[in-house]
Amino acid sequence: MNVAVDFKNVDIVFGPDTADALAMVDRGATRAEILEQTGNVLGCAGANLTIHEGEISVLMGLSGSGKSTLLRAVNRLNIVSRGQVLVKDGEKMVNVVSCDAATLRRLRQNQVAMVFQQFGLLPWRTVEENVGLGLELAGVPDAERKARVDKQLKLVNLDPWAKKYAHELSGGMQQRVGLARAFATEAPILLMDEPFSALDPLIRTKLQDELLQLQKTLKKTIIFVSHDLEEALKIGSHITIMEGGRIVQTGAPEDIVLRPANDYVRDFIANVNPLSVLTAWNVMRDRRDLESAGRGWTWLDRRKTTRFKVDKDGLVAAAERDGKPVEWVSCTDVEQHPEDGTQVYWANPGTPLKTVMLAMHRSQTAPVALFDEQSRFVGAIGVRDVLSAVLRR
Amino acid sequence: MDPVSKFLAAWKIPIGAWGKAFFTFLTDHFNAVFRGFSNGLNFLLDGLVDALLLLPPVLVVALIALLAWYLQRSRALAIGVFIGLLFIINQGLWKQTVETLVLVVAATIASMAIGVPLGIWAAHKPKVYRVMLPVLDLMQTLPTFVYLIPVLTLFGLGNAPGLIVTIIFVIPTAVRLTHLGVTSVPKAIIEAGEAFGATKSQLLWKVELPAALPTIMAGLTQCIMLSLSMVVFAALIGAGGLGTEINRALGSRRIDLGLEAGLAIVVLAIVLDRMTRIGVGDKK
Repeated sequence: MNVAVDFKNVDIVFGPDTADALAMVDRGATRAEILEQTGNVLGCAGANLTIHEGEISVLMGLSGSGKSTLLRAVNRLNIVSRGQVLVKDGEKMVNVVSCDAATLRRLRQNQVAMVFQQFGLLPWRTVEENVGLGLELAGVPDAERKARVDKQLKLVNLDPWAKKYAHELSGGMQQRVGLARAFATEAPILLMDEPFSALDPLIRTKLQDELLQLQKTLKKTIIFVSHDLEEALKIGSHITIMEGGRIVQTGAPEDIVLRPANDYVRDFIANVNPLSVLTAWNVMRDRRDLESAGRGWTWLDRRKTTRFKVDKDGLVAAAERDGKPVEWVSCTDVEQHPEDGTQVYWANPGTPLKTVMLAMHRSQTAPVALFDEQSRFVGAIGVRDVLSAVLRR
Repeated sequence: MDPVSKFLAAWKIPIGAWGKAFFTFLTDHFNAVFRGFSNGLNFLLDGLVDALLLLPPVLVVALIALLAWYLQRSRALAIGVFIGLLFIINQGLWKQTVETLVLVVAATIASMAIGVPLGIWAAHKPKVYRVMLPVLDLMQTLPTFVYLIPVLTLFGLGNAPGLIVTIIFVIPTAVRLTHLGVTSVPKAIIEAGEAFGATKSQLLWKVELPAALPTIMAGLTQCIMLSLSMVVFAALIGAGGLGTEINRALGSRRIDLGLEAGLAIVVLAIVLDRMTRIGVGDKK
């Protein structure tokens, strides 16, 4: 996969004289120490992060953790004190930190669009004039601009409001205008700085869903700043957690939930419902770790109630439960089978843990098998695996 | 007197003498420049007044009422303006009112033309504003009579020096309100402009100025009102108009004349204020 944005050892220090502060950063000083001794504010330190095309990469952290600071380095709204921020510009990568004003402007007009927490709409302009701002600044001819604006307004269902002024709309609608304005430039990279934080929870959920829906077809590279882990887990394909200006952990959502790097991350995930992120893959025991039942048979559970006979291609040839032969069925249609324990359910690696638990419930706590795409047996999930994942023990 | 005070009084710093020397230097060496400028300006202002007085007063009043309707789309305002100005004709003060009107409009246009760019400059460069601030304070607080004298020596009598003292008094307001308007543009919308690749001038014309417009327009109204308040002082150095009438009323203790001319100024102030409230009504 191609790299869209690459942060390389990025330090951002706010203040008149940053040399001393940067020396302290090298010694690993904290933000408070740097502020006290040099009067400079550490925005972020030693940030290394690679974002690939088509990803939704979420920067997470409490306020003041440096997540917005890092995001705003991508289009140089914040000046990087040291390090490189490489942004894909057609076939090559441009270092935003050192590029000239004309290049920066071209990047901002064509490559990187932005959505703001407080919307950043111009109140004296109508919705369509706001959406067309980026195109207008880039000097796109009127007719083409009108066509592209109309297309974007339709995309976010704003076309009936095109002639209204931005301030006449509700918060949710205003942020739709903000989204349309960012989409209108057709920039492949989208920076979203807590775009939904100012909205009430119902609207927030709705816009998150809409964004995910749009992303399926648009396939932008999105860098998304959030302080809300539920939001990050919902929309992020990768999550980066920041604390005090430094990156603490980067990984897929379930990595963060299952293997928090330190107490700060652990605090973050303490209130997260693990069922919303975990999949069968995250909790299963690998086939090689299962106990053999002899003569090609394998126990699926520790209690030894259920076993599979697996052939040399990895496919299941026979299944037994409590000594009686049973059939094996997919747990996606668990509702259609009786609750009598006459079958063993199987799941795919991507099946949500919730579905796996339902299958267990319906089969009197029988283990659930895991098949890969080619229907090969790859592992099993017992009751104890589920409990330890949910309780994070 | 105590010794310290005595000492201080004995060593008076000759600020007055320096100032006088400075202005004497200016009149000695650049008299022709100042007088030429003054004559040109007088010619322009007088010409404008004469041109307006050539037309029948009622026609001019009707045109102003039409302009009021055009600017504010309010029939009530147009009728009010019409009646107010007819009252001035009725009081026999039409000529003086036209003179004052020309002076006020010219002073306002000049003040905005100089003050708005200065205000934008100051808003973009905080250092410039720090230097500008004491000068603005000086211009607004130095008693008007104090600078009437040097203006009189440099530019002589007439409308031109009247215009110049009015501009000196009014410009700080134009600068301050423009500065206020531009500096209080929300950071979020400036960043939005930058993030979408605006150049410096695009940022100014498409983001900062439209956002600051209501405040700048409030500055315009203020400039008009302050110019009107200077009419009486300007008349002291030979600018004609309603101020002359008031000064004459004061000199001869004519209550009736003072009341008439004073009311004419009030009418003119209300008319101009209501006509120039642009942007304030548009925002809602």
